[in-house]
Amino acid sequence: MAAERVLEIKNVSKCYGDNPVLNQVSLSVNRGEIHALVGENGAGKSTLMNILFGMPVIHETGGFTGEIWVNGNKAEFKSPRDAMKAGIGMVHQEFMLLPGFSVAENVKLNREPTKPNLISRVAGQKLESLDRRQMGLDTRQALDRIDMDVDEWLPLVGMPVGHRQFIEIAREIDKTDLSLLVLDEPTAVLTETEASSLLAILKHLAESGVSALFISHRLDEVFEVADTITVLRDGEVVCTVPKKEARMETIAELMVGRKLGKLKSAGPGRAGGNQAILEVKNLSVDMPGEYVNNVSFSVRKGEIFGIGGLAGHGKLGVANGLMGLYRASGTVICDGKEIPLNDPNAALEAGLVLLSEDRRGVGLLLDESIENNIAMPSIVGRNKFVRRLGPLPVSIEDRKAIRKHAENMISLLDIKCTGPEQAVRRLSGGNQQKVCVAKAITMEPKVLLVSEPTRGIDIGAKERVLNVIRQLNEEKGITVVMTSSELAELRSMCDRIAIMYNGKIQGILSPDAPDAEFGLCMAGGGGEAND
Amino acid sequence: MIDSLKQLVKAVGLPRLTIVLFLVVLLVIGAVNRLPISMLLGNSLVRIGMNGIMVLAMVPSVQSGAGLNFGLSIGIIAGLLGMLVVMEFKIGGLLGLALALLIAAVLGVASGYVYGLILNRVRGQEMMIGTYVGFSIVSAMCMFWIMAPFKNPEMIWVISGKGLRTTLPVSDSMAQILDKLWGFSIFGMKVPTGLLLAFALACLLLGLFNRTRLGISMRIAGANPTFAMSCGIDVDKMRILGTVLSTALGAMGMVVYCQSLGLVQLYTAPLMMAFPAVAAVLLGGASARKATVWNAVLGTMLFQTLLTIALPVTRSVIEGDISEVAKTIISNGMILYALTRKEGDG
Repeated sequence: MAAERVLEIKNVSKCYGDNPVLNQVSLSVNRGEIHALVGENGAGKSTLMNILFGMPVIHETGGFTGEIWVNGNKAEFKSPRDAMKAGIGMVHQEFMLLPGFSVAENVKLNREPTKPNLISRVAGQKLESLDRRQMGLDTRQALDRIDMDVDEWLPLVGMPVGHRQFIEIAREIDKTDLSLLVLDEPTAVLTETEASSLLAILKHLAESGVSALFISHRLDEVFEVADTITVLRDGEVVCTVPKKEARMETIAELMVGRKLGKLKSAGPGRAGGNQAILEVKNLSVDMPGEYVNNVSFSVRKGEIFGIGGLAGHGKLGVANGLMGLYRASGTVICDGKEIPLNDPNAALEAGLVLLSEDRRGVGLLLDESIENNIAMPSIVGRNKFVRRLGPLPVSIEDRKAIRKHAENMISLLDIKCTGPEQAVRRLSGGNQQKVCVAKAITMEPKVLLVSEPTRGIDIGAKERVLNVIRQLNEEKGITVVMTSSELAELRSMCDRIAIMYNGKIQGILSPDAPDAEFGLCMAGGGGEAND
Repeated sequence: MIDSLKQLVKAVGLPRLTIVLFLVVLLVIGAVNRLPISMLLGNSLVRIGMNGIMVLAMVPSVQSGAGLNFGLSIGIIAGLLGMLVVMEFKIGGLLGLALALLIAAVLGVASGYVYGLILNRVRGQEMMIGTYVGFSIVSAMCMFWIMAPFKNPEMIWVISGKGLRTTLPVSDSMAQILDKLWGFSIFGMKVPTGLLLAFALACLLLGLFNRTRLGISMRIAGANPTFAMSCGIDVDKMRILGTVLSTALGAMGMVVYCQSLGLVQLYTAPLMMAFPAVAAVLLGGASARKATVWNAVLGTMLFQTLLTIALPVTRSVIEGDISEVAKTIISNGMILYALTRKEGDG
């Protein structure tokens, strides 16, 4: 195979406002090569794809710098249409298919072969009739190329998700002169067998000369198909290596490894010795995209227990399952008492409080004031901030107490706002997160479940949020279970860190374990629980 | 000066300010044309009191997340039944009113519960479904009114000897009983004290309820269901609670309305009654996702004053009766405006 360049990205940089998301990114794909692009959430993968495809969002936010060459020509894509003309096909994470149409209609959509008829002779080409026979033949050919035996005239409705993914691929390869296929997390929604046949198809296509740019954070898949691997982190290319020379654990390490700040000294839980406050046995959680499969662990009183792992491996499912927000099964014992699952109220009463990763969706009432966001859950769940209404047997909220508490919290957490009455929608991400923290503290947790506490917030706020969590743990003895995709953060905060892989705990490590060991666990290798 | 003006516009909202200005213009035109302004204002007060509780009924429904209660006709029919039972047994006076309110409330709670169960199955389309549930119930009740076992000869058709008449006068001892309670005149303006107090009491109670734990739970459920779930609140139950409260308030509001009007109107009369109530609360600054007692009070005052004053004034300027047309245009226009605008503004 000649080393003919299909795609060459040279020094591409992109800022959203003042926020650099891509910095001098370069990579190239040869003909017939499968190039894997890996990186954690927020590493800049999607932005790079948007640039490659000329998505309008890029131009609306001020364009980018750098050059893109496709098949030896400098490309200036103004829209996805231009990119397609140049021979780039895209398989999206969310399907771009019409459910009511048949397979063939979907595959040939907007590129239908037509033949002239009576009206079109008068009114022009737009009104030519479809050549349905030819459509069927073309589609059959495309489907055969990817070994799919589904009937081309079946409607898409009711087909399994896996089929749809393949049809999406069929549509791309049906385009003549397709030279590069871009796949954005194509296996995220597929079952294992479907995923492996997809990978087989990719290899097959590569042999026939179609290159692929394969975006994923599932390293085992990447290692199965890719010829070359590029790791993207914080908008920069960390390294590009041929697969032969790469080791899975090194790649995993490169994806997450940031040079670490101070490490927390490991040791048995300080306040309560070795007594377990939370025991989880055989927990399975049905959280889409973050399934947890039969996980057992125990958290010691007074410790900070970390849960890490790559996205999609179930680390977020644990806290959500414990709180009863997603269907869960198993046994959870908190402070000696079993907590019934799937009942948020029971979890709250047992003293579990969740600081959700979905700040705007689950964590806040966006149109309510700061003080109400902080106090309302405690009024409902803890019967705090209420007072008797005169001599009547009715309790109502105590506005004065709420205001006072909110003002305390605002100064404690340094929430930047115009006052306790400001609606949280108007706050920045970091300050919103501080309100969430204040809300959680107010609930007086025994065990605080913290999910992605620093996602999408600025460095100053990060520091403050983490410090408050540490303070709560050290001064009030609150046990913390912290889930984060930033390994450095976990290592600076936690006493022990469980790494999830494929819905299971791959290993429980001490924060000062070597990077390689964390990398290995994240990639699904090694690591027996040293607990 | 300009800043403070801007702040005023922001606090009150442009639509409300426009209407207030419009009202002032109308009053000036009316005064110039020598219309009895004090009488008009007195009439407005009566209409505010008559309709207020039904507008207030929209508030818990919106707060619990079930949207504007377009199925208010269900509560209205419960209220009609309360009136009818009292009239059948010829119970008059304050006792009659109290009984009618009680029956209306009980029927409102029961029917509101069932209606709430329905609404929980059609999340996201409550308002559309509610409208048609309301229409269907009104139609179904048309049959009931014909077959209902009422025996009081003053209420049933004379010729066939059965079936309720379309319009029934409320007995003298009950008609306007609230309006007259502690009523007085000032500058030729009649003030229906009891009626207004009843509205005020309803507002006060709902306002207090909103500040209890249960009320707060209900508001959280409406504002963000997933947030509510993570607080251990049963969202479905809260939506039912909101619908029950709304329907019961609608029922009691109808009793208050009937006694003031002095008539009980059956058959298709309740068909469109939800719409003015919806329009009023929207006019007061509420949206399909957010509503306060204050929105209901302000909205009722603006909407009813506008209707009462606009008609005689326009009639004094242009010939002909446009009362129904104006009411329809204003109320539907307001609903259209409020439901198409973005959240948070207006």
